[in-house]
Amino acid sequence: MKRHLISAADLTRDDALLVLDTAEELARATEGSMKKLPTLRGRTVVNLFFEDSTRTRISFEAAAKRLSADVINFSAKGSSVSKGESLKDTALTLEAMGADGVVIRHGASGAPHRLANWVRGSVVNAGDGTHEHPTQALLDAFTMRRRLGDLDGRKVTIVGDILHSRVARSNVLLLNTLGAEVTLVAPPTLLPVAVDTWPAEVSYDLDAVLPKSDVVMMLRVQHERMNAGYFPTVREYSRRYGLDAERMARLADHAIVMHPGPMNRGVEIAAEVADSVRSTIVEQVANGVSARMAVLYLLLGGSEPAIGKEVSQ
Amino acid sequence: MSTTYLIKGARVLGGDPADILVRDGVIAGIGPDLAADGAEVVEAGGLVALPGLVDLHTHLREPGREDAETVGSGTRAAAMGGYTAVHAMANTDPVADTAGVVEQVWRLGREAGYCDVQPVGAVTVGLKGERLAEIGAMADSAAAVRVFSDDGHCVSDAVVMRRALEYVKAFDGVVAQHAQEPRLTEGAQMNEGEMSAALGMRGWPAVAEEAIIARDVLLAQHVGSRLHVCHVSTAGSVEIIRWAKSKGCRVTAEVTPHHLLLNDGLAESYDPIYKVNPPLRTADDVTALRHALADGTIDIVATDHAPHPVEAKETEWAVAAMGMIGLETALSVVQEAMVETGLLDWAGVADRMSTAPARIGRLSGQGRPLEAGAPANITLYDPSPRRAVDPAAMASKSRNTPYAGMELPGRVVATFLRGRPTVLEGKLQ
Repeated sequence: MKRHLISAADLTRDDALLVLDTAEELARATEGSMKKLPTLRGRTVVNLFFEDSTRTRISFEAAAKRLSADVINFSAKGSSVSKGESLKDTALTLEAMGADGVVIRHGASGAPHRLANWVRGSVVNAGDGTHEHPTQALLDAFTMRRRLGDLDGRKVTIVGDILHSRVARSNVLLLNTLGAEVTLVAPPTLLPVAVDTWPAEVSYDLDAVLPKSDVVMMLRVQHERMNAGYFPTVREYSRRYGLDAERMARLADHAIVMHPGPMNRGVEIAAEVADSVRSTIVEQVANGVSARMAVLYLLLGGSEPAIGKEVSQ
Repeated sequence: MSTTYLIKGARVLGGDPADILVRDGVIAGIGPDLAADGAEVVEAGGLVALPGLVDLHTHLREPGREDAETVGSGTRAAAMGGYTAVHAMANTDPVADTAGVVEQVWRLGREAGYCDVQPVGAVTVGLKGERLAEIGAMADSAAAVRVFSDDGHCVSDAVVMRRALEYVKAFDGVVAQHAQEPRLTEGAQMNEGEMSAALGMRGWPAVAEEAIIARDVLLAQHVGSRLHVCHVSTAGSVEIIRWAKSKGCRVTAEVTPHHLLLNDGLAESYDPIYKVNPPLRTADDVTALRHALADGTIDIVATDHAPHPVEAKETEWAVAAMGMIGLETALSVVQEAMVETGLLDWAGVADRMSTAPARIGRLSGQGRPLEAGAPANITLYDPSPRRAVDPAAMASKSRNTPYAGMELPGRVVATFLRGRPTVLEGKLQ
C-alpha cells in the first residue's frame, strides 16, 4: 500500500481487499467486551479537523484508541489556524510534535495532497472539499460486503448531488476497483460536465434504475445547494430524486439502502425508508470504526500483528 | 558619448550571419563584415538577433505590492528575458485609473532604465466595472496611455464596454479585455472538464471566456473600435476571433507562453504554482492556440507575468493566488512550443513578440525592423543550449514559475535598449 490514503484511487484491488479483510478481522476481534488492541501503542495519531464533523472525528478517534494509539484532536476552531496560521505552518507544528499519522478533514479540495508534502507521517484524507472521502468509501464497501457478499458485478446506484460529493467520487473509484457496476442518478445540474469520463453509468430517472439495483446510496442534499438554483424547490427535488416507501417497494428483496449521514429526513430519504430493515445507516456508523482501524493499522504499520497473525503490507 | 557596439556574426531573424553596428542609440549599419574603430565588439556567432521584445501584458505590482515585484525588479526580469518594453497592468494599489498613478509608474520605469515601461490605464474607476476612469486624462498624460484594461476583472457590463470602446477612438486607443463572464466563474478554480470533475474543484468553463469574446467582437464591429483580447485560452475563442477577423473586425489577441505549453493535467498535483487565470486548459486547446498563433489569428505572445510572494502559493489550491511569472522564460517557451515544432520561424517570433505588440500598443520607438536608422532595441538569443529552469537565478522578486526544474531551450545573451546594453553575456548590466 502507498504511505498515504488520499484518494480511493490510491488503492489497488489487492490493497482494497486487504483493508476490507483486515477490517473484518478487527471487527471480530473487538466484538466482545475487550474492545482494545495493543497494536499501535506508542504511536501518535493527530485528528486535524478544519471543518466541523463530529461524526467522522469521533469515528477516527475511536478507531485509533481501540488500537491503543495516542490521539490528539486538533480542531481549527479556536486554534492558531483561526488566527491565520497557514496549513504549512500547522503541518510543521504537527511534524515537530512527532505525529505518525495525520487524519485531515479540510474544506479545500487537495488540502491532504499539500499536507503530504510537508509532513513525514502518513496522511489519511477524512474528506477534502468536494474531492474525496476514501474511508467513507471503504466503510461503505465493507457494509455492502457484509450484507451482500462479494461486490463483483453488484449494481450500486448513487443518488443525489454528485457534483459536490466527495463520498460519490471515492465510491465511484473504489467500487470500480472492486468490480461493482455504478450508476449515478441526479438532476443534470448536480452532475459534473465530464461525468461521461467516469467509470459509471448516468441516469436522470431514479424509478427506472431502482429495480435492477442491489444497493441504493442516497446522498445528503446540502443546504447551500438548496438556495443556489441547482433545482427549483426542495419539494421538487424530493419528488424526483428522494427515496420514499413507494419507491423503495420497487427494489429487489435483497437490495439495501445506504446513506453516509447526516440525513435530511423527508428530503432525500423518507423516515420509513431510513428506519426500514433495508437500511444500513446505523451499521455504516459502526463499520466506519472498523474500516478506519484497518486503514490506520495498515498505514502506521503496527509493530505487532493486528490480531495474532501477520498481516502483510 | 555612448559606447559604440559592433555585434559580429549574428543571424538577423535567424537568417545569414551579419554584423550590426550600434551607435548613438540607433542601428548605424547592418551587413557583412562591418568595421568600426573604437567599437566594443560583441561576438554573436550562432546567436539569433531579434528586435527587442515588447510585452503587452506585465504585472509590475508597484505601487502597492512591492513585496512581490517592483518596477525595478520587474524591468530587470524583462531585460533578462530579452524585453525592451513592457506594458504595466493597471491592477496596482492604488489602481492605475488616474493620470497621477500612470505617470508615477511611467517615471519609475524611466528611472529604473532597464526597459521602457508603458503603463496600461484602467477602463473603469477602481476596476469595478461601473464608471469609466479618466481615460482621456491618462491618454494626455506624460505616460501617453493607449492601452486600457481592467485586467484581472472583466468589463462585464455591455454598456460600459461599449462606451469604453467608443471613447478610446478619440486617441486611437485600444481596450484590452480580460474575457471572463463573472457569474459563470464564481469561485472557479481551474478549467471545467474531466480534470476538475475528478479533482473536485469548481470549474472555469471555456464558455465563460468565449461568450464575452463573442459579445465584444460584435460590439467592436458595431462601433468601429479596436478591441484587444487578453490571454486567449480556448480553442473556441480562437474560432470566434478567426470569424471576427474574417468579417473585418478590428480585433487583436494575445496568448501567454504558459497557455502554449502547459495543460490542466498539471492540477492533479494540487500544487497552486499551476493556478492561473484564465486557467490552464486541455491539451487540445494548447494545440489550437499554437496553430492560431502560427496562422496569425492570435497576433501576439504576451506574458501575463504575475509575481506573487511565496506564501501566496504555499497553500491549499483554493486560497492560493492566481498567476505565474513569465518574463524570463517567455522566449524559451515560445521556442519550445512554436519554433522547435516548426510552426514559427524566427521572423515569425519577432513579429509575435516585438513588432505586433508594439503596433497594438502604439509604441513608435519599439518593435521596429532591424535596419539602419532604427532605434537599437536588439535581443541576442542563443537557441542551442537546453537547461533546467532555476527559479533562484531569476531577476524577478518572485519565484512562482511553473517551469522550475523543467528543461527548456535557449538563453538570452544580450539585450540592447536604444544602443545601451541592459544585459550582456547573459548578465544584467
